[in-house]
Amino acid sequence: MIAELGHFALILALGVALFQFVVPLVGAQRGDPALMRAAIPAALIQFLLIAAAFAALMHAYVISDFSVQNVFENSHSEKPLIYKISGVWSNHEGSLILWVLILALFGAAVAVFGNNLPLELKARVLAVQGSIGVAFLAFSVFTSDPFTRLDPPPIEGNGLNPLLQDPALAFHPPFLYAGYVGLSIAFAFAVAALIDGKVDAAWARWVRPWTLAAWIFLTIGVAMGSWWAYYTLGWGGFWFWDPVENSSFMPWLVATALLHSAIVVEKRNALKIWTVFLSILAFSLSLLGTFLVRSGVLTSVHAFAVSPLRGIFVLGILGVFIGGSLALFAWRAPGLKAGGLFAPVSREGGLVANNLLLCVAALTVFIGTLYPLALQILTEDKISVGPPYFNITFGPIVLALLILVPIGPFLAWKRGDLGLSLRRLWLGLAAAAAVALIVLVIDVRGPWLAPVGLALGAWLIVGAALELAQKIGLFRVPLGTSLSRLAGLPGASFGMALAHGGLGIVVVGIIAMSLWKVEVIAAMKPGETRQVGAYTVTFQGEAPLTGANYTGRAGSFLVTRGGETVVTLVSEKREYRPSRRTITQVGLNQTLAGDLYVVMGDSTADGGRAIRMYFNPLVNFIWLGAFSMFLGGAFSLADRRFRVGAPRRAPALGTVPAE
Amino acid sequence: MKRLAMVLCFLMAGPAFAVQPDEILKDPALEARARALSAELRCLVCQNQSIDDSEAPLARDLRLLIREHLVKGESDAQVMDFVVERYGDFVLLKPRFTERTWILWLTPFAVLLLGAIGLFRRRPLASEAERPLSEAEKSDLEKALK
Repeated sequence: MIAELGHFALILALGVALFQFVVPLVGAQRGDPALMRAAIPAALIQFLLIAAAFAALMHAYVISDFSVQNVFENSHSEKPLIYKISGVWSNHEGSLILWVLILALFGAAVAVFGNNLPLELKARVLAVQGSIGVAFLAFSVFTSDPFTRLDPPPIEGNGLNPLLQDPALAFHPPFLYAGYVGLSIAFAFAVAALIDGKVDAAWARWVRPWTLAAWIFLTIGVAMGSWWAYYTLGWGGFWFWDPVENSSFMPWLVATALLHSAIVVEKRNALKIWTVFLSILAFSLSLLGTFLVRSGVLTSVHAFAVSPLRGIFVLGILGVFIGGSLALFAWRAPGLKAGGLFAPVSREGGLVANNLLLCVAALTVFIGTLYPLALQILTEDKISVGPPYFNITFGPIVLALLILVPIGPFLAWKRGDLGLSLRRLWLGLAAAAAVALIVLVIDVRGPWLAPVGLALGAWLIVGAALELAQKIGLFRVPLGTSLSRLAGLPGASFGMALAHGGLGIVVVGIIAMSLWKVEVIAAMKPGETRQVGAYTVTFQGEAPLTGANYTGRAGSFLVTRGGETVVTLVSEKREYRPSRRTITQVGLNQTLAGDLYVVMGDSTADGGRAIRMYFNPLVNFIWLGAFSMFLGGAFSLADRRFRVGAPRRAPALGTVPAE
Repeated sequence: MKRLAMVLCFLMAGPAFAVQPDEILKDPALEARARALSAELRCLVCQNQSIDDSEAPLARDLRLLIREHLVKGESDAQVMDFVVERYGDFVLLKPRFTERTWILWLTPFAVLLLGAIGLFRRRPLASEAERPLSEAEKSDLEKALK
C-alpha cells in the first residue's frame, strides 16, 4: 500500500513538474506576475511529492518488503539498518529517485531563499528546473519504476553487493548527486539569462553561491569515492582514471572553472558570455556523467543494447538539454554585451588562464573517457585508454595550472605586474626551491617528479599563506592591526587561501604516495616477520570471524617500530550471505606521516598466507587537502556578500567594488 | 556507486591477489621492469584495470608470461610487441600513436595551444580605442553627478 502511494506521489510529481516548467515560463514571457509566482508553490509541492515517494521506497527497504522487486533485488533482511537505508540508492531505479529528490530540493531552496531575485528571473530559473524535473521523473516513471511489485513475494532478498557495504560508499552517492544536480541551478540561471538577454554582476552574485554549494558537494563526493577505493579495493591506489570516476571528475573541473570565471563577471563585468557557456557546460557534463553511469554504455557498448529504452531515453534527455541550451546560447549569446577590457597579464587574465587550463584538463578527461567508445562504434577497433595516457596528457596541463595558482591572486585587476607579483611571492619561491633541494639530497636517484611535485606543493601552500598575509599587511603594519584586519577579512578570502593551500596539500600527498610507496608482497606463516618501511610486521595467525551477514577469517598482525609495539592490525576475509561473495577488509594504521596498510590474501601451497603490505607515505594529505578545499568552499559560502539573495541588482550606473 | 565495472571484475574473479608472492622474480631490477610493464597492460577480463592490479586468473597468466620473456633477456619493447601481437592493441593502457589515435593524443595540446594563442592575441588594453559616451549615458552621468 505504501509503495503504491509512493508510486502515485511520483506520478503526481511529474505532473507538478510539468506545471512548474510551462506556467511560469509563459508568465515571464507575458509579464503576468500571478503565473510567475505559481513557480514557487509548484517547486515546493514537487519537492514534497518526491520526498514522499523517496520515503515510501525507504520504508519498503527498512521493513524489508520483498514484494517490491527493487527491494528484493538489492536488499536482505539480515543487513544492518544503515545498509538497508543506503540500499535505496545502490541501484539504478532508487538512485534515480535520489537524483530527482535532490533536484527538487535545490529547486525548492531557490523558491524559498531566492526572495531578492527579480520575479522574472526567479520564474524562469524555476521553470528550467521544472523542465529537468519533467525529463528525469518521466525517465523514472516510464522506464525505471522502483515500485514494481512481485507476486508471489519472495521470502528473502538477494542482498547488497558486499563491496558497497561500507560507510564511505553508502553516503558517497548523495554527496555526488548533490554536486551533479546542484550544477543544474547554475544551468537554469544561464538559460534564464539567455532568455532574458541580461547578464551582469548581480546575476553572477546570484549564481555563485549555488555553484559553490554544488562544488563543495562534488569535492566531498569525489574525495569520499577515492578514499573508499583506497581502503576497500585492497591494492592501495586512490585514483584509477576509471570512466565512472572520470564522470564525476569532469563536472568538478568545469565547476571549478565556473567558480573562478563568475568572480570576473561579478567584480569586473567581463567574461559574461564565457561564464554562461561554462554554466551550461558544467551541467551538461553532469548529465553526461549520469548517462555514462546509468546507461551501462561504459561496461560495454552491448550492455547499452540490453535495455535500449533506458539508454535511448537518457540519450534523448542529453540531446534535448545539451543541444537545446547550446542552440539557445548560439542564438542569444551574441546579443549579450561584452564588458570590461583587460591586459593579458592581469587578475582577469590569470583567471582566464585558469579557465583555459581547467577546461582543457576536463577535455582531456573527456576525450580519454569517450574516445575508445567512439572509435569502437565508428570503426570496430578496440583500444584502451588508461592511467599512462592521463599521466602524459592531463599531468602537464595540471602542472602548468598549479604553477600559476599562487600568482593569480597577486596580480592586479585590469593590468598586472608579473615581476612585482613574483617579488611578493619570493618566500614561496624560496620555500619551493628549498623543498626541491632537500628532496634531491635525500633521494638523489629518485624520480624527477619527486622534487618538482613536492616543491610545487610547497609553492601552493606558502603562496596561499602569503596571499592572506599580504591582505592583512602582516609585518608591514603593527601586529595588532594585522590581527584585527584578519578578523575583519571576508569569508571568501579565507576560502581562497584554504582552497588553494588545500590543493597544495593534495599535491604533496599524491606525489609522496605515488613515488615513495613501499610495497612488500610475501607468503607468510604465523610467527613470520617482514620489514615494511620503518615498521616491522609480524603475522600472528588467524581466527574465525562472524558478523551480521557474513563469516570469515581474521588475520592479526603485530606492528612494531624500533622495538616498540605500535598497534595490532587485523585484516579480514569475509564471505557474505547470501551471495557467497568474498571481500577483503584492509588492516590500516593511519598516521600523518603515512599509512601502514596490510591485506591478507589466499592460503599458499605451503600452508602460509599471501600477505600484501604497503607503507603509503603522506597519503592522508590527499584527503586532508580535499577537506581543506571543502572548508574553503564553506568559508566562501558563508561570506555574507554572497549569501543567496543578499545582493540586489545594481542600478544602471551602480559601481562595482574593485575588491 | 563507484567503479562499478571494477567492482564487477573483483567479484567475478573472486578473491585472490594481484601480484602473488610466487610470481615475484628473484632479480629486483627485472621484477621492477615486470611491474612497470604490467602497469601498462590491461586485464582482458576486467574493465580498466591493469594486470598489475587485477586479480583475474588471466591477468596472472599474462604477468607470468611477461616475466618469462624478461628472464629470457628480451627488452621491454620486445615483450610489449609480443603481448600486443598476441592480444591486440586493446591490451595497451597507453594507446600507440597511430592514424587511429592521433586525435586522442593531440587534441588536448592543440586546444591548449589555440586557447593560449587566442588569449595572447587579444588586443592589448592600451591600443583599445575609448568609445565615447552615448547621449543616454551622458545624461545618466550628469544626473548621477548632480
